[in-house]
Amino acid sequence: MSQIQRTPLFADHVALGARMVEFAGWEMPIQYKGLKEEHLAVRQGVGLFDVSHMGEIRVKGPQALATLQWLTTNDVAKLKAGEAQYSLLPNEQGGLVDDIIVYCLAENQDYLVCVNASNKDKDFQWMQKNNRGADLLDESAAWGQIAVQGPQALALCQEVLGAVDLAQVKPFRILPHQYRGHQVLIATTGYTGERGCEIFVPAEQASGLWNSLLEVGKKFRVQPIGLGARDTLRTEMCYSLYGHEIDDVMNPYSANLGWVIKPTAKDFLGKAVMLAQREKGLPQKLAGFKMIDKGIPRQGYLLFSFDNREIGRVTSGTHSPSLDEPIGIGYLSSDLAHDGSEFFVEIRGRRVKAKICKTPFVESTSL
Amino acid sequence: MAYHIPEDYYYTKDHEWAQVDENIVTVGITEFAQNQLGEVVYVELPEEGQKVTQNQPFGVVESVKAVSDLYAPVSGTVIEINLPLGDDPAVLNDDPMNEGWLIRIEMDSEKELANLMRAPDYKKLIAEK
Repeated sequence: MSQIQRTPLFADHVALGARMVEFAGWEMPIQYKGLKEEHLAVRQGVGLFDVSHMGEIRVKGPQALATLQWLTTNDVAKLKAGEAQYSLLPNEQGGLVDDIIVYCLAENQDYLVCVNASNKDKDFQWMQKNNRGADLLDESAAWGQIAVQGPQALALCQEVLGAVDLAQVKPFRILPHQYRGHQVLIATTGYTGERGCEIFVPAEQASGLWNSLLEVGKKFRVQPIGLGARDTLRTEMCYSLYGHEIDDVMNPYSANLGWVIKPTAKDFLGKAVMLAQREKGLPQKLAGFKMIDKGIPRQGYLLFSFDNREIGRVTSGTHSPSLDEPIGIGYLSSDLAHDGSEFFVEIRGRRVKAKICKTPFVESTSL
Repeated sequence: MAYHIPEDYYYTKDHEWAQVDENIVTVGITEFAQNQLGEVVYVELPEEGQKVTQNQPFGVVESVKAVSDLYAPVSGTVIEINLPLGDDPAVLNDDPMNEGWLIRIEMDSEKELANLMRAPDYKKLIAEK
Protein backbone atom coordinates (compact mmCIF):
# COMPACT_ATOMS: atom_id res chain seq x y z
CA MET A 1 0.00 0.00 0.00
CA SER A 2 1.44 3.33 -1.02
CA GLN A 3 1.51 6.18 1.43
CA ILE A 4 -1.73 7.90 2.24
CA GLN A 5 -2.13 11.15 0.30
CA ARG A 6 -3.33 14.56 1.38
CA THR A 7 -5.13 17.13 -0.73
CA PRO A 8 -3.93 20.78 -0.90
CA LEU A 9 -6.75 21.56 1.57
CA PHE A 10 -5.68 19.14 4.31
CA ALA A 11 -4.59 21.86 6.73
CA ASP A 12 -7.82 23.77 6.11
CA HIS A 13 -9.91 20.72 7.02
CA VAL A 14 -8.00 20.21 10.23
CA ALA A 15 -8.38 23.89 11.11
CA LEU A 16 -12.14 23.58 10.53
CA GLY A 17 -12.29 20.69 12.99
CA ALA A 18 -13.10 18.02 10.43
CA ARG A 19 -12.99 14.36 11.33
CA MET A 20 -10.48 12.89 8.88
CA VAL A 21 -10.66 9.34 7.53
CA GLU A 22 -8.88 7.35 4.89
CA PHE A 23 -10.79 7.12 1.62
CA ALA A 24 -9.40 5.63 -1.60
CA GLY A 25 -5.84 6.21 -0.38
CA TRP A 26 -6.53 9.79 0.68
CA GLU A 27 -6.95 11.40 4.07
CA MET A 28 -10.31 13.11 3.64
CA PRO A 29 -12.88 14.90 5.82
CA ILE A 30 -15.85 12.61 6.53
CA GLN A 31 -17.71 15.34 8.39
CA TYR A 32 -17.25 18.73 9.98
CA LYS A 33 -20.24 19.69 12.13
CA GLY A 34 -22.48 16.74 11.45
CA LEU A 35 -23.67 14.77 8.48
CA LYS A 36 -27.32 15.76 8.59
CA GLU A 37 -26.67 19.47 9.03
CA GLU A 38 -24.18 19.40 6.16
CA HIS A 39 -26.54 17.45 3.94
CA LEU A 40 -29.39 19.91 4.50
CA ALA A 41 -27.07 22.89 3.97
CA VAL A 42 -26.48 21.65 0.42
CA ARG A 43 -30.18 21.01 -0.23
CA GLN A 44 -31.22 24.39 1.17
CA GLY A 45 -28.28 26.75 0.75
CA VAL A 46 -24.75 26.02 -0.36
CA GLY A 47 -21.93 23.67 0.60
CA LEU A 48 -18.25 23.34 -0.31
CA PHE A 49 -16.63 20.00 -1.00
CA ASP A 50 -12.94 19.26 -1.34
CA VAL A 51 -12.87 16.86 -4.29
CA SER A 52 -9.18 17.33 -4.99
CA HIS A 53 -8.71 13.57 -4.61
CA MET A 54 -10.53 13.04 -7.93
CA GLY A 55 -8.23 12.26 -10.85
CA GLU A 56 -7.77 14.46 -13.91
CA ILE A 57 -6.49 12.89 -17.09
CA ARG A 58 -5.79 15.14 -20.06
CA VAL A 59 -6.34 13.74 -23.56
CA LYS A 60 -4.80 15.88 -26.28
CA GLY A 61 -3.62 15.95 -29.86
CA PRO A 62 -4.97 15.06 -33.29
CA GLN A 63 -6.03 11.59 -32.10
CA ALA A 64 -7.72 12.81 -28.90
CA LEU A 65 -11.26 12.47 -30.21
CA ALA A 66 -10.68 9.10 -31.89
CA THR A 67 -9.08 7.76 -28.71
CA LEU A 68 -11.90 8.93 -26.45
CA GLN A 69 -14.51 7.57 -28.85
CA TRP A 70 -12.84 4.16 -28.54
CA LEU A 71 -12.34 4.33 -24.77
CA THR A 72 -15.74 5.67 -23.68
CA THR A 73 -19.40 4.79 -24.28
CA ASN A 74 -20.94 8.23 -24.81
CA ASP A 75 -20.61 10.11 -28.13
CA VAL A 76 -17.69 12.47 -27.63
CA ALA A 77 -18.12 13.86 -31.17
CA LYS A 78 -21.26 15.64 -29.90
CA LEU A 79 -19.19 17.82 -27.55
CA LYS A 80 -18.24 21.34 -28.56
CA ALA A 81 -15.57 23.32 -26.75
CA GLY A 82 -16.95 24.21 -23.32
CA GLU A 83 -19.30 21.25 -23.07
CA ALA A 84 -19.17 18.15 -20.89
CA GLN A 85 -20.78 14.73 -20.71
CA TYR A 86 -21.15 11.96 -18.20
CA SER A 87 -19.68 8.78 -19.63
CA LEU A 88 -18.30 5.33 -18.91
CA LEU A 89 -14.97 3.56 -19.46
CA PRO A 90 -15.97 0.04 -20.53
CA ASN A 91 -13.75 -3.02 -20.19
CA GLU A 92 -13.73 -5.96 -22.60
CA GLN A 93 -16.10 -8.13 -20.52
CA GLY A 94 -19.18 -5.95 -20.57
CA GLY A 95 -18.36 -4.25 -17.27
CA LEU A 96 -16.79 -0.91 -16.39
CA VAL A 97 -13.31 0.30 -15.58
CA ASP A 98 -14.84 3.51 -14.20
CA ASP A 99 -17.49 6.16 -14.68
CA ILE A 100 -16.19 9.55 -15.73
CA ILE A 101 -16.97 13.06 -16.93
CA VAL A 102 -15.45 14.14 -20.24
CA TYR A 103 -14.92 17.91 -20.55
CA CYS A 104 -14.20 19.31 -24.01
CA LEU A 105 -11.69 22.17 -23.89
CA ALA A 106 -11.02 22.30 -27.64
CA GLU A 107 -13.04 20.33 -30.14
CA ASN A 108 -11.31 17.23 -31.50
CA GLN A 109 -8.04 17.92 -29.72
CA ASP A 110 -8.17 18.75 -26.03
CA TYR A 111 -10.26 17.00 -23.38
CA LEU A 112 -10.12 16.73 -19.61
CA VAL A 113 -11.38 13.46 -18.15
CA CYS A 114 -12.36 13.49 -14.49
CA VAL A 115 -12.15 10.04 -12.88
CA ASN A 116 -12.73 8.47 -9.47
CA ALA A 117 -9.86 8.78 -6.99
CA SER A 118 -10.00 5.07 -6.19
CA ASN A 119 -9.62 4.16 -9.88
CA LYS A 120 -7.24 6.84 -11.13
CA ASP A 121 -4.08 4.75 -11.55
CA LYS A 122 -6.03 1.84 -13.01
CA ASP A 123 -7.84 4.17 -15.43
CA PHE A 124 -4.66 5.87 -16.58
CA GLN A 125 -2.95 2.53 -17.23
CA TRP A 126 -6.03 1.27 -19.03
CA MET A 127 -6.19 4.36 -21.22
CA GLN A 128 -2.49 4.10 -22.04
CA LYS A 129 -2.83 0.44 -22.92
CA ASN A 130 -5.77 1.10 -25.24
CA ASN A 131 -4.63 4.48 -26.50
CA ARG A 132 -5.22 5.22 -30.17
CA GLY A 133 -2.58 7.84 -30.59
CA ALA A 134 -3.60 10.60 -28.19
CA ASP A 135 -1.24 12.40 -25.81
CA LEU A 136 -2.29 11.19 -22.36
CA LEU A 137 -1.24 13.11 -19.28
CA ASP A 138 -2.04 12.36 -15.66
CA GLU A 139 -2.57 15.89 -14.35
CA SER A 140 -4.13 14.80 -11.05
CA ALA A 141 -1.37 16.15 -8.83
CA ALA A 142 -1.50 19.56 -10.49
CA TRP A 143 -5.20 20.18 -9.89
CA GLY A 144 -7.13 20.91 -6.76
CA GLN A 145 -10.88 20.61 -7.15
CA ILE A 146 -13.61 22.31 -5.15
CA ALA A 147 -17.28 21.51 -5.64
CA VAL A 148 -19.73 24.28 -4.73
CA GLN A 149 -23.23 22.85 -4.61
CA GLY A 150 -26.69 24.02 -3.59
CA PRO A 151 -29.41 26.51 -4.61
CA GLN A 152 -27.06 29.39 -3.64
CA ALA A 153 -23.92 27.89 -5.16
CA LEU A 154 -23.78 29.84 -8.39
CA ALA A 155 -24.51 33.15 -6.65
CA LEU A 156 -21.58 32.49 -4.32
CA CYS A 157 -19.24 31.50 -7.14
CA GLN A 158 -20.29 34.59 -9.06
CA GLU A 159 -19.19 36.81 -6.21
CA VAL A 160 -15.90 35.04 -5.63
CA LEU A 161 -14.88 34.29 -9.18
CA GLY A 162 -16.57 37.15 -11.02
CA ALA A 163 -17.07 35.02 -14.10
CA VAL A 164 -19.76 35.50 -16.73
CA ASP A 165 -23.31 35.32 -15.42
CA LEU A 166 -23.09 31.79 -14.03
CA ALA A 167 -26.83 31.53 -13.44
CA GLN A 168 -27.26 31.58 -17.22
CA VAL A 169 -24.78 28.76 -17.78
CA LYS A 170 -26.43 25.41 -18.39
CA PRO A 171 -25.44 22.28 -16.48
CA PHE A 172 -22.56 20.30 -18.01
CA ARG A 173 -20.59 23.23 -19.32
CA ILE A 174 -16.96 24.16 -18.61
CA LEU A 175 -15.53 27.68 -18.70
CA PRO A 176 -11.85 28.54 -18.55
CA HIS A 177 -11.49 31.59 -16.33
CA GLN A 178 -8.75 33.77 -14.85
CA TYR A 179 -8.77 33.88 -11.05
CA ARG A 180 -6.08 35.93 -9.30
CA GLY A 181 -3.84 35.58 -12.30
CA HIS A 182 -4.24 31.81 -12.63
CA GLN A 183 -6.37 29.81 -14.96
CA VAL A 184 -9.17 27.85 -13.35
CA LEU A 185 -11.86 25.77 -15.03
CA ILE A 186 -15.42 26.30 -13.85
CA ALA A 187 -17.53 23.25 -14.63
CA THR A 188 -21.26 23.30 -13.99
CA THR A 189 -21.33 19.70 -12.86
CA GLY A 190 -21.77 17.98 -9.52
CA TYR A 191 -22.78 14.90 -7.59
CA THR A 192 -25.56 16.19 -5.35
CA GLY A 193 -28.61 16.88 -7.52
CA GLU A 194 -28.33 20.59 -6.80
CA ARG A 195 -27.18 23.39 -9.04
CA GLY A 196 -23.58 24.39 -8.71
CA CYS A 197 -20.15 23.86 -10.08
CA GLU A 198 -16.92 22.01 -9.69
CA ILE A 199 -13.90 24.30 -9.94
CA PHE A 200 -10.62 22.89 -11.18
CA VAL A 201 -7.96 25.08 -9.61
CA PRO A 202 -4.16 24.78 -9.65
CA ALA A 203 -3.21 22.85 -6.51
CA GLU A 204 -1.23 25.73 -5.01
CA GLN A 205 -4.21 28.10 -5.44
CA ALA A 206 -6.79 25.73 -3.95
CA SER A 207 -6.52 26.85 -0.33
CA GLY A 208 -6.88 30.52 -1.27
CA LEU A 209 -10.01 29.82 -3.29
CA TRP A 210 -11.47 27.56 -0.59
CA ASN A 211 -11.05 30.24 2.06
CA SER A 212 -12.46 32.98 -0.16
CA LEU A 213 -15.51 30.82 -0.78
CA LEU A 214 -15.91 30.27 2.96
CA GLU A 215 -15.43 33.95 3.77
CA VAL A 216 -17.69 35.41 1.08
CA GLY A 217 -20.07 32.52 1.63
CA LYS A 218 -20.84 33.58 5.21
CA LYS A 219 -23.82 35.59 4.04
CA PHE A 220 -25.09 32.49 2.22
CA ARG A 221 -24.41 30.42 5.35
CA VAL A 222 -22.02 28.26 3.40
CA GLN A 223 -20.75 25.11 5.09
CA PRO A 224 -17.88 22.75 4.32
CA ILE A 225 -19.29 19.31 3.52
CA GLY A 226 -17.67 15.95 4.27
CA LEU A 227 -17.70 12.67 2.40
CA GLY A 228 -20.54 11.41 4.61
CA ALA A 229 -23.03 13.93 3.26
CA ARG A 230 -21.56 13.62 -0.23
CA ASP A 231 -22.66 9.99 -0.14
CA THR A 232 -26.16 10.60 1.25
CA LEU A 233 -26.73 13.41 -1.27
CA ARG A 234 -25.80 11.23 -4.23
CA THR A 235 -27.77 8.27 -2.85
CA GLU A 236 -30.92 10.42 -2.65
CA MET A 237 -30.41 11.20 -6.35
CA CYS A 238 -29.71 7.54 -7.15
CA TYR A 239 -26.39 8.51 -8.76
CA SER A 240 -24.12 5.53 -9.25
CA LEU A 241 -20.94 5.11 -7.22
CA TYR A 242 -18.20 2.87 -8.52
CA GLY A 243 -17.82 -0.16 -6.25
CA HIS A 244 -21.50 0.06 -5.32
CA GLU A 245 -23.89 0.28 -8.29
CA ILE A 246 -21.22 -0.25 -10.96
CA ASP A 247 -18.05 -2.28 -11.12
CA ASP A 248 -15.87 -4.29 -13.49
CA VAL A 249 -18.49 -7.04 -13.86
CA MET A 250 -21.94 -5.45 -13.90
CA ASN A 251 -23.29 -4.52 -17.33
CA PRO A 252 -24.07 -0.78 -17.28
CA TYR A 253 -27.44 -1.37 -18.98
CA SER A 254 -28.43 -3.17 -15.76
CA ALA A 255 -27.51 0.01 -13.89
CA ASN A 256 -29.93 2.06 -16.02
CA LEU A 257 -26.99 3.80 -17.69
CA GLY A 258 -28.13 3.11 -21.27
CA TRP A 259 -28.57 6.86 -21.76
CA VAL A 260 -24.78 7.33 -21.84
CA ILE A 261 -24.11 4.36 -24.14
CA LYS A 262 -24.23 5.22 -27.84
CA PRO A 263 -23.62 2.01 -29.80
CA THR A 264 -25.25 3.26 -33.00
CA ALA A 265 -23.08 6.38 -33.10
CA LYS A 266 -19.71 4.67 -32.87
CA ASP A 267 -17.66 1.62 -32.07
CA PHE A 268 -16.09 1.38 -28.61
CA LEU A 269 -14.00 -1.03 -26.62
CA GLY A 270 -16.01 -4.01 -25.38
CA LYS A 271 -19.12 -2.94 -27.29
CA ALA A 272 -19.90 -6.34 -28.82
CA VAL A 273 -19.79 -8.13 -25.46
CA MET A 274 -21.78 -5.43 -23.67
CA LEU A 275 -24.52 -5.49 -26.34
CA ALA A 276 -24.57 -9.29 -26.59
CA GLN A 277 -25.23 -9.52 -22.84
CA ARG A 278 -28.05 -7.04 -23.20
CA GLU A 279 -29.48 -8.91 -26.19
CA LYS A 280 -29.46 -12.15 -24.26
CA GLY A 281 -31.41 -10.52 -21.44
CA LEU A 282 -29.92 -8.97 -18.32
CA PRO A 283 -30.64 -11.08 -15.24
CA GLN A 284 -30.70 -8.11 -12.85
CA LYS A 285 -31.72 -4.51 -12.85
CA LEU A 286 -31.01 -1.63 -10.52
CA ALA A 287 -33.90 -0.06 -8.63
CA GLY A 288 -34.52 2.25 -5.70
CA PHE A 289 -36.66 1.15 -2.78
CA LYS A 290 -38.07 2.23 0.55
CA MET A 291 -38.75 0.19 3.64
CA ILE A 292 -42.26 -0.88 4.58
CA ASP A 293 -41.10 -2.33 7.91
CA LYS A 294 -38.47 -0.86 10.19
CA GLY A 295 -34.77 -1.06 9.31
CA ILE A 296 -32.05 0.58 7.29
CA PRO A 297 -30.73 -1.18 4.18
CA ARG A 298 -26.94 -1.23 3.80
CA GLN A 299 -24.57 -2.28 1.03
CA GLY A 300 -24.26 -6.06 0.76
CA TYR A 301 -27.55 -7.00 2.44
CA LEU A 302 -29.38 -9.69 0.44
CA LEU A 303 -32.85 -9.38 -1.06
CA PHE A 304 -35.44 -12.18 -1.02
CA SER A 305 -38.80 -12.73 -2.68
CA PHE A 306 -41.79 -13.50 -0.46
CA ASP A 307 -41.39 -17.15 -1.48
CA ASN A 308 -37.84 -17.06 -0.08
CA ARG A 309 -35.79 -16.97 -3.27
CA GLU A 310 -32.65 -14.86 -3.16
CA ILE A 311 -33.36 -12.20 -5.76
CA GLY A 312 -30.62 -9.61 -5.35
CA ARG A 313 -28.55 -7.41 -3.10
CA VAL A 314 -28.34 -3.88 -1.77
CA THR A 315 -25.71 -1.67 -3.42
CA SER A 316 -26.26 1.49 -1.34
CA GLY A 317 -28.50 2.33 1.56
CA THR A 318 -28.83 4.93 4.23
CA HIS A 319 -31.25 6.96 6.26
CA SER A 320 -32.16 9.84 3.93
CA PRO A 321 -31.60 13.13 5.76
CA SER A 322 -33.96 14.98 3.38
CA LEU A 323 -36.83 12.52 3.70
CA ASP A 324 -36.01 11.36 7.23
CA GLU A 325 -36.61 7.74 6.25
CA PRO A 326 -34.49 4.83 5.05
CA ILE A 327 -33.76 4.53 1.33
CA GLY A 328 -31.99 1.84 -0.62
CA ILE A 329 -30.64 1.04 -4.06
CA GLY A 330 -30.10 -2.51 -5.18
CA TYR A 331 -29.97 -5.08 -7.93
CA LEU A 332 -32.84 -7.48 -8.19
CA SER A 333 -34.18 -9.97 -10.71
CA SER A 334 -35.29 -8.04 -13.76
CA ASP A 335 -38.82 -9.51 -13.59
CA LEU A 336 -39.28 -8.00 -10.12
CA ALA A 337 -37.54 -4.68 -10.70
CA HIS A 338 -40.61 -2.55 -11.33
CA ASP A 339 -42.30 0.24 -9.40
CA GLY A 340 -44.40 -1.04 -6.52
CA SER A 341 -42.81 -4.48 -6.41
CA GLU A 342 -42.41 -5.77 -2.83
CA PHE A 343 -39.69 -8.01 -1.39
CA PHE A 344 -37.62 -8.69 1.75
CA VAL A 345 -34.31 -7.14 2.74
CA GLU A 346 -32.37 -9.40 5.10
CA ILE A 347 -31.07 -7.20 7.91
CA ARG A 348 -28.91 -9.07 10.43
CA GLY A 349 -30.82 -12.28 9.91
CA ARG A 350 -34.23 -10.65 9.98
CA ARG A 351 -36.34 -10.32 6.81
CA VAL A 352 -37.84 -6.90 6.52
CA LYS A 353 -40.37 -5.76 3.89
CA ALA A 354 -39.42 -3.18 1.27
CA LYS A 355 -41.01 -1.74 -1.85
CA ILE A 356 -39.58 -0.38 -5.08
CA CYS A 357 -40.25 3.30 -5.58
CA LYS A 358 -39.55 5.99 -8.15
CA THR A 359 -36.13 7.56 -8.29
CA PRO A 360 -34.54 9.97 -7.65
CA PHE A 361 -35.80 9.69 -4.10
CA VAL A 362 -35.70 13.46 -3.76
CA GLU A 363 -37.34 15.30 -6.62
CA SER A 364 -37.60 18.97 -5.76
CA THR A 365 -33.99 20.07 -6.01
CA SER A 366 -32.53 23.19 -7.58
CA LEU A 367 -31.17 21.26 -10.57
CA MET B 1 -14.30 18.38 23.92
CA ALA B 2 -15.37 17.83 27.50
CA TYR B 3 -17.42 14.72 28.02
CA HIS B 4 -19.45 13.87 31.07
CA ILE B 5 -17.82 10.74 32.50
CA PRO B 6 -19.25 9.91 35.94
CA GLU B 7 -16.67 8.55 38.37
CA ASP B 8 -18.95 5.85 39.77
CA TYR B 9 -19.78 4.26 36.39
CA TYR B 10 -17.96 1.46 34.61
CA TYR B 11 -16.92 1.66 30.94
CA THR B 12 -16.12 -0.69 28.06
CA LYS B 13 -13.48 -0.18 25.41
CA ASP B 14 -16.40 -0.05 22.93
CA HIS B 15 -17.74 3.07 24.65
CA GLU B 16 -20.67 1.67 26.61
CA TRP B 17 -21.24 2.83 30.17
CA ALA B 18 -22.55 0.63 32.98
CA GLN B 19 -24.12 1.94 36.12
CA VAL B 20 -24.27 -0.67 38.83
CA ASP B 21 -26.99 -0.77 41.49
CA GLU B 22 -26.47 -3.95 43.49
CA ASN B 23 -26.96 -6.70 40.86
CA ILE B 24 -28.80 -4.48 38.35
CA VAL B 25 -26.69 -2.86 35.65
CA THR B 26 -28.03 -0.04 33.49
CA VAL B 27 -26.26 0.22 30.14
CA GLY B 28 -25.88 3.05 27.66
CA ILE B 29 -23.40 4.56 25.25
CA THR B 30 -21.03 7.32 26.27
CA GLU B 31 -21.10 10.92 25.09
CA PHE B 32 -17.92 10.19 23.17
CA ALA B 33 -19.69 7.34 21.37
CA GLN B 34 -22.72 9.42 20.41
CA ASN B 35 -20.42 12.18 19.16
CA GLN B 36 -18.53 9.70 17.00
CA LEU B 37 -21.72 8.13 15.67
CA GLY B 38 -23.45 11.30 14.61
CA GLU B 39 -27.23 11.39 14.26
CA VAL B 40 -28.65 8.12 15.51
CA VAL B 41 -31.59 7.04 13.38
CA TYR B 42 -32.23 3.46 14.44
CA VAL B 43 -31.75 1.37 17.56
CA GLU B 44 -32.19 -2.38 17.78
CA LEU B 45 -32.39 -3.83 21.30
CA PRO B 46 -32.89 -7.34 22.70
CA GLU B 47 -36.15 -8.52 24.25
CA GLU B 48 -36.75 -8.67 27.96
CA GLY B 49 -35.67 -12.03 29.32
CA GLN B 50 -32.94 -12.48 26.74
CA LYS B 51 -29.49 -13.55 27.94
CA VAL B 52 -26.50 -11.38 27.12
CA THR B 53 -22.82 -12.18 27.44
CA GLN B 54 -20.00 -9.87 28.45
CA ASN B 55 -18.19 -8.39 25.41
CA GLN B 56 -20.76 -9.89 23.00
CA PRO B 57 -23.12 -7.78 20.86
CA PHE B 58 -26.60 -7.33 22.36
CA GLY B 59 -27.99 -4.80 19.89
CA VAL B 60 -27.28 -2.35 17.15
CA VAL B 61 -27.28 1.38 16.80
CA GLU B 62 -27.34 2.97 13.35
CA SER B 63 -26.42 6.47 12.38
CA VAL B 64 -27.01 7.85 8.90
CA LYS B 65 -23.63 6.60 7.79
CA ALA B 66 -22.93 3.43 9.71
CA VAL B 67 -24.08 0.41 11.69
CA SER B 68 -22.44 -0.15 15.08
CA ASP B 69 -22.82 -3.12 17.41
CA LEU B 70 -23.59 -2.58 21.07
CA TYR B 71 -21.58 -4.76 23.46
CA ALA B 72 -22.75 -6.05 26.79
CA PRO B 73 -20.57 -4.84 29.67
CA VAL B 74 -21.60 -7.82 31.80
CA SER B 75 -23.30 -11.20 31.35
CA GLY B 76 -26.84 -11.64 32.57
CA THR B 77 -30.52 -11.36 31.76
CA VAL B 78 -32.16 -8.34 30.19
CA ILE B 79 -34.87 -7.22 32.59
CA GLU B 80 -35.85 -3.92 30.99
CA ILE B 81 -35.34 -2.11 27.73
CA ASN B 82 -35.72 1.58 26.97
CA LEU B 83 -38.77 1.23 24.71
CA PRO B 84 -39.19 4.91 23.73
CA LEU B 85 -35.84 4.76 21.91
CA GLY B 86 -37.50 2.73 19.18
CA ASP B 87 -39.64 5.68 18.15
CA ASP B 88 -37.25 8.44 19.10
CA PRO B 89 -33.66 7.28 18.63
CA ALA B 90 -32.43 10.88 18.64
CA VAL B 91 -32.62 10.74 22.44
CA LEU B 92 -29.36 8.81 22.21
CA ASN B 93 -27.73 11.94 20.82
CA ASP B 94 -29.44 14.40 23.13
CA ASP B 95 -28.95 12.59 26.41
CA PRO B 96 -26.92 9.39 26.11
CA MET B 97 -26.03 9.30 29.81
CA ASN B 98 -29.57 9.50 31.19
CA GLU B 99 -32.72 9.34 29.08
CA GLY B 100 -30.83 7.52 26.35
CA TRP B 101 -30.07 4.46 28.47
CA LEU B 102 -30.47 1.23 26.48
CA ILE B 103 -31.11 -1.80 28.68
CA ARG B 104 -31.04 -3.02 32.27
CA ILE B 105 -29.29 -6.30 32.96
CA GLU B 106 -29.58 -8.53 35.98
CA MET B 107 -25.95 -9.54 36.17
CA ASP B 108 -24.78 -13.08 36.73
CA SER B 109 -21.57 -12.30 38.55
CA GLU B 110 -20.11 -9.18 40.07
CA LYS B 111 -16.68 -10.58 39.30
CA GLU B 112 -17.06 -9.52 35.69
CA LEU B 113 -16.96 -5.87 36.73
CA ALA B 114 -13.22 -6.29 37.19
CA ASN B 115 -12.92 -6.57 33.39
CA LEU B 116 -14.37 -3.10 32.88
CA MET B 117 -12.69 0.29 32.94
CA ARG B 118 -13.20 2.96 35.55
CA ALA B 119 -13.51 6.65 34.70
CA PRO B 120 -9.79 7.61 34.77
CA ASP B 121 -8.85 4.79 32.38
CA TYR B 122 -11.76 5.55 30.10
CA LYS B 123 -10.77 9.22 29.99
CA LYS B 124 -7.30 8.11 28.97
CA LEU B 125 -8.73 5.88 26.24
CA ILE B 126 -10.71 8.64 24.57
CA ALA B 127 -7.92 11.17 25.00
CA GLU B 128 -5.86 8.96 22.69
CA LYS B 129 -8.51 9.14 19.96
